[in-house]
Amino acid sequence: MKSLLLGIPIALAAVAAQAADVPEYKLVIKDHKFQPVELKVPADTKIKLVVTNQDPTPSEFESNEFNREKIVLPNSTVTVFVGPLAKGRYKFFDDFHQDTGNGVLIVE
Amino acid sequence: MLGVALLVFREVLEAALIVTIVAAATRGVTRRGAFIGGGIALGVIGAVLVAAFAGTIADLASGVGQELFNAAVLLAAVAMIGWHVIWMSRHGRELARHMQQVGQSVRAGSSSLSMLLAVVALAVLREGSEVVLFLYGMAAGGTGAAGMGSGLAIGVAGGVAVGFALYFGLLRIPLKHFFSATNGLLVLLAAGLASTAARYLVQANLLPAWGNQLWDSSWLLSNGSLPGQTLHVLIGYDAQPSGMQLLFYVAIAALLLIGMRLFGGAPPQRSPAANAPNPAH
Repeated sequence: MKSLLLGIPIALAAVAAQAADVPEYKLVIKDHKFQPVELKVPADTKIKLVVTNQDPTPSEFESNEFNREKIVLPNSTVTVFVGPLAKGRYKFFDDFHQDTGNGVLIVE
Repeated sequence: MLGVALLVFREVLEAALIVTIVAAATRGVTRRGAFIGGGIALGVIGAVLVAAFAGTIADLASGVGQELFNAAVLLAAVAMIGWHVIWMSRHGRELARHMQQVGQSVRAGSSSLSMLLAVVALAVLREGSEVVLFLYGMAAGGTGAAGMGSGLAIGVAGGVAVGFALYFGLLRIPLKHFFSATNGLLVLLAAGLASTAARYLVQANLLPAWGNQLWDSSWLLSNGSLPGQTLHVLIGYDAQPSGMQLLFYVAIAALLLIGMRLFGGAPPQRSPAANAPNPAH
Protein backbone atom coordinates (compact mmCIF):
# COMPACT_ATOMS: atom_id res chain seq x y z
CA MET A 1 0.00 0.00 0.00
CA LYS A 2 2.84 2.36 0.90
CA SER A 3 4.54 1.85 -2.43
CA LEU A 4 1.18 2.39 -4.14
CA LEU A 5 0.77 5.72 -2.31
CA LEU A 6 4.30 6.77 -3.18
CA GLY A 7 3.67 5.82 -6.79
CA ILE A 8 0.68 8.13 -7.14
CA PRO A 9 2.56 11.48 -7.27
CA ILE A 10 5.03 9.99 -9.75
CA ALA A 11 2.20 8.72 -11.91
CA LEU A 12 0.47 12.11 -11.64
CA ALA A 13 3.59 13.91 -12.81
CA ALA A 14 4.00 11.50 -15.73
CA VAL A 15 0.37 11.94 -16.73
CA ALA A 16 0.61 15.73 -16.46
CA ALA A 17 3.62 15.69 -18.77
CA GLN A 18 1.67 13.68 -21.32
CA ALA A 19 -1.45 15.82 -21.12
CA ALA A 20 -0.07 18.48 -23.44
CA ASP A 21 0.14 16.02 -26.35
CA VAL A 22 -3.44 14.80 -26.12
CA PRO A 23 -5.52 15.79 -29.19
CA GLU A 24 -8.58 17.87 -28.45
CA TYR A 25 -12.12 17.45 -29.85
CA LYS A 26 -15.12 19.70 -29.30
CA LEU A 27 -18.78 18.94 -28.65
CA VAL A 28 -21.53 21.51 -28.15
CA ILE A 29 -24.87 21.00 -26.41
CA LYS A 30 -27.54 23.34 -27.76
CA ASP A 31 -31.31 22.97 -27.42
CA HIS A 32 -30.56 19.70 -25.56
CA LYS A 33 -28.88 18.24 -28.67
CA PHE A 34 -25.25 17.45 -29.44
CA GLN A 35 -23.39 19.22 -32.23
CA PRO A 36 -21.99 17.32 -34.04
CA VAL A 37 -24.15 14.25 -33.49
CA GLU A 38 -21.34 12.08 -34.82
CA LEU A 39 -17.78 12.89 -33.84
CA LYS A 40 -14.82 11.17 -35.51
CA VAL A 41 -11.76 10.51 -33.37
CA PRO A 42 -8.61 8.42 -33.90
CA ALA A 43 -8.37 4.84 -32.64
CA ASP A 44 -5.91 3.75 -29.94
CA THR A 45 -5.32 7.36 -28.87
CA LYS A 46 -6.25 9.11 -25.69
CA ILE A 47 -8.30 12.19 -26.54
CA LYS A 48 -9.52 15.24 -24.67
CA LEU A 49 -13.21 15.95 -25.24
CA VAL A 50 -14.22 19.54 -24.60
CA VAL A 51 -17.97 19.70 -24.04
CA THR A 52 -19.70 23.09 -24.00
CA ASN A 53 -23.27 23.49 -22.82
CA GLN A 54 -24.89 26.53 -24.46
CA ASP A 55 -28.28 25.88 -22.89
CA PRO A 56 -29.55 27.69 -19.80
CA THR A 57 -30.12 24.31 -18.08
CA PRO A 58 -27.64 21.73 -16.70
CA SER A 59 -26.77 18.59 -18.66
CA GLU A 60 -24.86 15.43 -17.87
CA PHE A 61 -22.53 14.16 -20.55
CA GLU A 62 -22.52 10.39 -20.16
CA SER A 63 -21.53 7.22 -21.97
CA ASN A 64 -21.95 3.64 -20.87
CA GLU A 65 -19.87 2.49 -23.82
CA PHE A 66 -16.75 4.47 -23.06
CA ASN A 67 -17.58 4.72 -19.38
CA ARG A 68 -17.64 8.42 -18.61
CA GLU A 69 -20.00 10.82 -16.85
CA LYS A 70 -19.69 14.50 -16.07
CA ILE A 71 -22.19 17.23 -15.29
CA VAL A 72 -22.05 20.24 -17.63
CA LEU A 73 -23.58 23.29 -15.99
CA PRO A 74 -25.49 25.93 -17.98
CA ASN A 75 -23.29 28.06 -20.26
CA SER A 76 -20.11 26.30 -19.24
CA THR A 77 -17.45 23.99 -20.60
CA VAL A 78 -15.95 20.79 -19.21
CA THR A 79 -13.15 18.51 -20.35
CA VAL A 80 -13.34 14.73 -20.27
CA PHE A 81 -10.43 12.47 -21.11
CA VAL A 82 -11.48 9.45 -23.18
CA GLY A 83 -9.75 6.31 -24.39
CA PRO A 84 -7.54 5.08 -25.94
CA LEU A 85 -10.43 3.24 -27.63
CA ALA A 86 -10.46 0.46 -30.20
CA LYS A 87 -12.16 1.10 -33.57
CA GLY A 88 -15.93 1.17 -33.39
CA ARG A 89 -19.02 3.23 -32.60
CA TYR A 90 -19.55 4.39 -29.04
CA LYS A 91 -22.83 6.03 -28.05
CA PHE A 92 -23.01 8.93 -25.64
CA PHE A 93 -25.99 10.85 -24.27
CA ASP A 94 -27.19 13.70 -22.11
CA ASP A 95 -28.46 11.92 -19.02
CA PHE A 96 -30.72 14.86 -18.17
CA HIS A 97 -32.29 15.00 -21.69
CA GLN A 98 -32.26 11.45 -22.95
CA ASP A 99 -35.06 11.95 -25.46
CA THR A 100 -33.08 14.50 -27.51
CA GLY A 101 -29.46 14.42 -26.38
CA ASN A 102 -27.85 11.50 -28.20
CA GLY A 103 -24.64 11.15 -30.18
CA VAL A 104 -21.98 8.72 -31.33
CA LEU A 105 -18.20 8.75 -31.07
CA ILE A 106 -16.87 7.17 -34.25
CA VAL A 107 -13.44 5.78 -33.52
CA GLU A 108 -11.44 4.91 -36.62
CA MET B 1 -43.21 13.04 -15.79
CA LEU B 2 -41.94 9.61 -16.83
CA GLY B 3 -38.49 11.02 -17.61
CA VAL B 4 -38.34 12.65 -14.18
CA ALA B 5 -39.51 9.45 -12.46
CA LEU B 6 -36.92 7.32 -14.28
CA LEU B 7 -33.92 9.51 -13.53
CA VAL B 8 -34.96 10.03 -9.91
CA PHE B 9 -35.55 6.29 -9.54
CA ARG B 10 -32.07 5.40 -10.78
CA GLU B 11 -30.33 7.90 -8.50
CA VAL B 12 -32.47 7.03 -5.46
CA LEU B 13 -31.92 3.32 -6.12
CA GLU B 14 -28.14 3.74 -5.94
CA ALA B 15 -28.34 5.56 -2.62
CA ALA B 16 -31.06 3.21 -1.30
CA LEU B 17 -28.94 0.11 -1.93
CA ILE B 18 -26.08 1.58 0.09
CA VAL B 19 -28.41 2.71 2.90
CA THR B 20 -29.95 -0.78 2.94
CA ILE B 21 -26.62 -2.52 3.41
CA VAL B 22 -25.76 -0.08 6.21
CA ALA B 23 -29.17 -0.66 7.81
CA ALA B 24 -28.65 -4.43 7.71
CA ALA B 25 -25.09 -4.14 9.04
CA THR B 26 -26.34 -2.18 12.08
CA ARG B 27 -29.19 -4.56 12.83
CA GLY B 28 -29.84 -4.87 16.55
CA VAL B 29 -27.99 -1.69 17.47
CA THR B 30 -29.81 0.82 19.68
CA ARG B 31 -30.68 4.17 18.12
CA ARG B 32 -29.89 2.79 14.67
CA GLY B 33 -33.00 4.39 13.17
CA ALA B 34 -31.99 7.83 14.44
CA PHE B 35 -28.49 7.42 13.00
CA ILE B 36 -29.69 6.29 9.58
CA GLY B 37 -32.45 8.89 9.48
CA GLY B 38 -29.96 11.55 10.51
CA GLY B 39 -27.57 10.39 7.79
CA ILE B 40 -30.28 10.65 5.14
CA ALA B 41 -31.32 14.12 6.36
CA LEU B 42 -27.71 15.36 6.36
CA GLY B 43 -27.26 13.86 2.89
CA VAL B 44 -30.29 15.70 1.51
CA ILE B 45 -29.06 19.03 2.95
CA GLY B 46 -25.61 18.27 1.56
CA ALA B 47 -27.06 17.44 -1.86
CA VAL B 48 -28.77 20.82 -2.09
CA LEU B 49 -25.56 22.59 -1.01
CA VAL B 50 -23.44 20.64 -3.52
CA ALA B 51 -25.90 21.44 -6.31
CA ALA B 52 -25.95 25.12 -5.31
CA PHE B 53 -22.15 25.28 -5.38
CA ALA B 54 -21.76 22.97 -8.41
CA GLY B 55 -20.25 25.82 -10.43
CA THR B 56 -17.61 26.52 -7.78
CA ILE B 57 -16.77 22.81 -7.46
CA ALA B 58 -16.55 22.40 -11.24
CA ASP B 59 -14.06 25.28 -11.56
CA LEU B 60 -11.73 23.95 -8.86
CA ALA B 61 -8.39 22.38 -9.78
CA SER B 62 -8.45 23.75 -13.35
CA GLY B 63 -11.65 22.06 -14.41
CA VAL B 64 -11.35 18.66 -12.75
CA GLY B 65 -12.99 19.72 -9.47
CA GLN B 66 -16.05 17.58 -10.16
CA GLU B 67 -13.98 14.44 -10.56
CA LEU B 68 -11.82 15.24 -7.51
CA PHE B 69 -14.91 15.96 -5.42
CA ASN B 70 -16.59 12.69 -6.43
CA ALA B 71 -13.43 10.69 -5.87
CA ALA B 72 -12.92 12.31 -2.45
CA VAL B 73 -16.51 11.57 -1.38
CA LEU B 74 -16.20 7.97 -2.56
CA LEU B 75 -12.84 7.38 -0.90
CA ALA B 76 -14.07 8.93 2.36
CA ALA B 77 -16.95 6.44 2.31
CA VAL B 78 -14.47 3.63 1.62
CA ALA B 79 -12.38 4.64 4.64
CA MET B 80 -15.42 4.74 6.92
CA ILE B 81 -16.74 1.39 5.74
CA GLY B 82 -13.23 0.00 6.28
CA TRP B 83 -13.22 1.25 9.86
CA HIS B 84 -16.61 -0.34 10.49
CA VAL B 85 -15.88 -3.78 9.02
CA ILE B 86 -12.66 -4.06 11.00
CA TRP B 87 -14.53 -3.01 14.14
CA MET B 88 -17.31 -5.50 13.37
CA SER B 89 -14.88 -8.34 12.79
CA ARG B 90 -13.98 -7.94 16.48
CA HIS B 91 -17.45 -7.32 17.88
CA GLY B 92 -19.86 -8.90 15.42
CA ARG B 93 -19.90 -12.29 17.09
CA GLU B 94 -20.63 -10.80 20.51
CA LEU B 95 -23.37 -8.75 18.95
CA ALA B 96 -25.04 -11.74 17.31
CA ARG B 97 -24.76 -13.82 20.49
CA HIS B 98 -26.21 -11.07 22.62
CA MET B 99 -29.12 -10.66 20.22
CA GLN B 100 -29.78 -14.38 20.27
CA GLN B 101 -29.62 -14.62 24.04
CA VAL B 102 -31.67 -11.62 25.09
CA GLY B 103 -33.41 -10.82 21.83
CA GLN B 104 -32.94 -7.10 22.21
CA SER B 105 -30.85 -4.25 20.98
CA VAL B 106 -27.33 -3.69 22.13
CA ARG B 107 -25.30 -0.56 22.55
CA ALA B 108 -22.65 -0.65 19.84
CA GLY B 109 -19.57 1.51 19.65
CA SER B 110 -20.95 4.91 18.77
CA SER B 111 -17.83 5.83 16.80
CA SER B 112 -18.41 2.95 14.41
CA LEU B 113 -22.06 3.92 14.15
CA SER B 114 -21.25 7.52 13.29
CA MET B 115 -18.91 6.27 10.57
CA LEU B 116 -21.85 4.48 8.99
CA LEU B 117 -24.05 7.55 9.45
CA ALA B 118 -21.47 9.43 7.40
CA VAL B 119 -21.50 6.71 4.72
CA VAL B 120 -25.29 7.09 4.43
CA ALA B 121 -24.98 10.88 4.28
CA LEU B 122 -22.27 10.74 1.58
CA ALA B 123 -24.25 8.28 -0.57
CA VAL B 124 -27.37 10.44 -0.39
CA LEU B 125 -25.35 13.60 -1.02
CA ARG B 126 -23.69 12.26 -4.15
CA GLU B 127 -26.79 10.85 -5.84
CA GLY B 128 -29.05 13.57 -4.45
CA SER B 129 -27.02 16.45 -5.87
CA GLU B 130 -27.56 15.03 -9.36
CA VAL B 131 -31.30 14.83 -8.74
CA VAL B 132 -31.35 18.44 -7.52
CA LEU B 133 -29.48 19.69 -10.61
CA PHE B 134 -31.70 17.65 -12.89
CA LEU B 135 -34.91 18.93 -11.28
CA TYR B 136 -33.58 22.49 -11.38
CA GLY B 137 -33.01 22.08 -15.12
CA MET B 138 -36.47 20.60 -15.64
CA ALA B 139 -38.06 23.49 -13.74
CA ALA B 140 -36.05 26.03 -15.72
CA GLY B 141 -37.00 24.19 -18.91
CA GLY B 142 -40.68 24.69 -18.16
CA THR B 143 -41.76 21.32 -16.77
CA GLY B 144 -44.77 21.97 -14.56
CA ALA B 145 -44.72 21.52 -10.81
CA ALA B 146 -47.34 18.76 -10.97
CA GLY B 147 -45.32 16.66 -13.42
CA MET B 148 -42.13 17.19 -11.42
CA GLY B 149 -43.80 16.44 -8.10
CA SER B 150 -45.40 13.21 -9.26
CA GLY B 151 -42.24 12.13 -11.10
CA LEU B 152 -40.17 12.79 -7.98
CA ALA B 153 -42.65 10.92 -5.77
CA ILE B 154 -42.79 7.88 -8.06
CA GLY B 155 -39.01 7.78 -8.47
CA VAL B 156 -38.31 8.06 -4.74
CA ALA B 157 -41.00 5.51 -3.86
CA GLY B 158 -39.66 3.04 -6.43
CA GLY B 159 -36.05 3.36 -5.27
CA VAL B 160 -36.98 3.08 -1.60
CA ALA B 161 -39.19 0.04 -2.32
CA VAL B 162 -36.27 -1.83 -3.90
CA GLY B 163 -34.15 -0.94 -0.88
CA PHE B 164 -36.75 -2.37 1.51
CA ALA B 165 -37.10 -5.52 -0.60
CA LEU B 166 -33.35 -6.06 -0.37
CA TYR B 167 -33.44 -5.38 3.38
CA PHE B 168 -36.11 -7.99 4.07
CA GLY B 169 -34.26 -10.40 1.81
CA LEU B 170 -31.10 -9.91 3.88
CA LEU B 171 -33.03 -10.46 7.12
CA ARG B 172 -33.66 -14.04 6.02
CA ILE B 173 -29.97 -14.82 6.52
CA PRO B 174 -29.65 -16.80 9.78
CA LEU B 175 -28.41 -14.67 12.67
CA LYS B 176 -25.36 -16.88 13.12
CA HIS B 177 -24.05 -15.87 9.70
CA PHE B 178 -25.77 -12.51 9.50
CA PHE B 179 -22.91 -10.17 10.38
CA SER B 180 -20.37 -12.15 8.35
CA ALA B 181 -22.72 -11.69 5.41
CA THR B 182 -23.24 -7.96 5.94
CA ASN B 183 -19.50 -7.52 6.51
CA GLY B 184 -18.85 -9.29 3.22
CA LEU B 185 -21.36 -7.02 1.50
CA LEU B 186 -19.67 -3.96 3.01
CA VAL B 187 -16.26 -5.11 1.74
CA LEU B 188 -17.62 -5.54 -1.80
CA LEU B 189 -19.41 -2.18 -1.54
CA ALA B 190 -16.21 -0.44 -0.44
CA ALA B 191 -14.15 -2.09 -3.19
CA GLY B 192 -16.73 -1.02 -5.79
CA LEU B 193 -16.80 2.57 -4.52
CA ALA B 194 -12.99 2.67 -4.71
CA SER B 195 -13.16 1.43 -8.30
CA THR B 196 -15.62 4.21 -9.17
CA ALA B 197 -13.29 6.75 -7.54
CA ALA B 198 -10.48 5.44 -9.76
CA ARG B 199 -12.71 5.89 -12.82
CA TYR B 200 -13.20 9.58 -11.96
CA LEU B 201 -9.46 10.11 -11.47
CA VAL B 202 -8.72 8.46 -14.82
CA GLN B 203 -11.44 10.55 -16.49
CA ALA B 204 -9.77 13.68 -15.10
CA ASN B 205 -6.40 12.43 -16.41
CA LEU B 206 -5.02 12.50 -12.87
CA LEU B 207 -4.25 8.79 -12.93
CA PRO B 208 -3.20 6.62 -15.87
CA ALA B 209 -5.79 4.06 -17.01
CA TRP B 210 -3.32 1.15 -17.15
CA GLY B 211 -5.45 -0.49 -19.81
CA ASN B 212 -8.47 1.58 -20.81
CA GLN B 213 -10.86 -1.36 -21.23
CA LEU B 214 -9.54 -4.54 -19.64
CA TRP B 215 -12.56 -6.44 -20.89
CA ASP B 216 -15.99 -5.75 -22.34
CA SER B 217 -18.88 -7.69 -20.85
CA SER B 218 -21.54 -5.20 -21.95
CA TRP B 219 -23.02 -7.83 -24.30
CA LEU B 220 -23.85 -9.78 -21.14
CA LEU B 221 -24.72 -6.97 -18.75
CA SER B 222 -24.30 -3.32 -19.72
CA ASN B 223 -23.54 -0.54 -17.25
CA GLY B 224 -26.69 1.28 -18.33
CA SER B 225 -29.12 -1.57 -17.65
CA LEU B 226 -30.95 -1.73 -14.35
CA PRO B 227 -29.36 -5.03 -13.23
CA GLY B 228 -25.97 -3.73 -14.35
CA GLN B 229 -26.45 -0.56 -12.35
CA THR B 230 -27.65 -2.49 -9.29
CA LEU B 231 -24.64 -4.81 -9.38
CA HIS B 232 -22.43 -1.76 -9.94
CA VAL B 233 -23.50 -0.40 -6.55
CA LEU B 234 -23.61 -3.72 -4.70
CA ILE B 235 -20.40 -5.36 -5.88
CA GLY B 236 -18.75 -2.72 -8.08
CA TYR B 237 -19.62 -4.41 -11.38
CA ASP B 238 -18.31 -2.58 -14.44
CA ALA B 239 -18.75 -3.84 -18.00
CA GLN B 240 -15.61 -2.05 -19.26
CA PRO B 241 -13.27 -1.39 -16.36
CA SER B 242 -9.83 0.15 -16.67
CA GLY B 243 -6.77 -1.48 -15.14
CA MET B 244 -6.64 1.29 -12.52
CA GLN B 245 -10.20 0.50 -11.45
CA LEU B 246 -9.36 -3.17 -11.01
CA LEU B 247 -6.24 -2.22 -9.03
CA PHE B 248 -8.26 -0.01 -6.65
CA TYR B 249 -10.92 -2.73 -6.31
CA VAL B 250 -8.47 -5.51 -5.48
CA ALA B 251 -6.30 -3.30 -3.25
CA ILE B 252 -9.24 -2.17 -1.08
CA ALA B 253 -10.78 -5.65 -0.87
CA ALA B 254 -7.41 -7.14 0.12
CA LEU B 255 -6.67 -4.35 2.61
CA LEU B 256 -10.01 -4.77 4.37
CA LEU B 257 -9.79 -8.57 4.46
CA ILE B 258 -6.28 -8.39 5.89
CA GLY B 259 -7.39 -5.73 8.37
CA MET B 260 -10.31 -7.88 9.50
CA ARG B 261 -8.03 -10.82 10.02
CA LEU B 262 -5.29 -8.85 11.81
CA PHE B 263 -7.45 -6.76 14.10
CA GLY B 264 -10.45 -9.02 14.26
CA GLY B 265 -9.08 -12.07 15.99
CA ALA B 266 -11.32 -13.88 18.40
CA PRO B 267 -12.71 -11.64 21.12
CA PRO B 268 -12.50 -13.15 24.59
CA GLN B 269 -15.52 -15.38 24.76
CA ARG B 270 -16.41 -18.61 26.42
CA SER B 271 -16.33 -21.55 24.07
CA PRO B 272 -17.96 -24.86 25.06
CA ALA B 273 -14.48 -26.28 25.73
CA ALA B 274 -13.67 -23.55 28.24
CA ASN B 275 -16.86 -24.34 30.12
CA ALA B 276 -15.99 -27.99 30.53
CA PRO B 277 -14.70 -28.95 33.99
CA ASN B 278 -10.95 -28.88 34.08
CA PRO B 279 -9.56 -32.25 35.26
CA ALA B 280 -6.41 -30.56 36.63
CA HIS B 281 -8.36 -29.02 39.52
